[in-house]
Amino acid sequence: LTGAAAVLVTTFLASTVEAIEMTIIVLGVGAARGWRSTLTGAAAGFALLAVIVTVAGVAISRIPIGPLRLVIGALLLLFGLQWYRKGIARVAARGLAGMSEMQVEGPPPVSRGIDPTSFVLSFKGVVLEGLEIAIIVVSFGGAAGFTGTAVIGGVAAIVVVGFIGFALRGPVVRIPRSLLQLIVGTLLTSFGTFWALEGLGMTWPQSDLDIAALVVVYAAAALGYIGVERRARRLVWGVA
Amino acid sequence: MGAIGRGAVAVVRFVYGFIFGDDWTVAVAVILALFATRFLVVNNLPGWWLVPLVAIVMTGVSLRRMHPAQPQPARSPGVAP
Repeated sequence: LTGAAAVLVTTFLASTVEAIEMTIIVLGVGAARGWRSTLTGAAAGFALLAVIVTVAGVAISRIPIGPLRLVIGALLLLFGLQWYRKGIARVAARGLAGMSEMQVEGPPPVSRGIDPTSFVLSFKGVVLEGLEIAIIVVSFGGAAGFTGTAVIGGVAAIVVVGFIGFALRGPVVRIPRSLLQLIVGTLLTSFGTFWALEGLGMTWPQSDLDIAALVVVYAAAALGYIGVERRARRLVWGVA
Repeated sequence: MGAIGRGAVAVVRFVYGFIFGDDWTVAVAVILALFATRFLVVNNLPGWWLVPLVAIVMTGVSLRRMHPAQPQPARSPGVAP
């Protein structure tokens, strides 16, 4: 479970969550204000993310695995719990609904050269949505000992979601992002718990099998909370 | 505030958001649970159950506090997750 396949799946799903937002932002800006400056801004954003991943990846590879798993495990646990909680709330409230389209406002685009508004909106969209994923990809891959696989998972998600967004125009907003966020939150919380406690010197009773047990426990708790939230919504708001 | 100052503030905000998010009590409870687990481990007591328990209980507490059964509005892009 701590092997390359688990790293690939987790980083792919985690990156998909943010890649959906990135694609919606870039598509929204590009459609409203023109593609050249928008795509230039997105490319600049990806270049900055690549530098961050490279620098952080090299730095993490030099830290001993014990302390690394404690620190990375704790960080993944704390961050994963945020997605876990928000995923529960959003799935309970909106089910499998996707995201809404982006409306772009601002001054009219310039006819020549680079349009600063398009460039900045696109650049910020890519960097802001990608930064957390860059950290997750590098830390998750580093703690598992599969940094290269983690980077492949992250890049693959951006390519797949980007292709769906640009080539098919539309389906990307229907991807159930809240459910994905809950699944990734559950995975990050489970791996984070496992690695953090291992880093504290604890030996898990069933070794790596306990990661699966943690996933089951956290998933069961999430389903329970979704049920409670939905019942509470029905009682207070009278909605199905 | 200069560019460096604004950059530093942005970095601190990002790190705070990454670790504590919008409910710092969950993060603090989990960090305390990690310390308590270390205490259990060094005393040769089983400690695997504490962090998952605290994480699940605090998630429930936070959900109740987050929105007491209010409908969630559609999320707009560009907002931190």
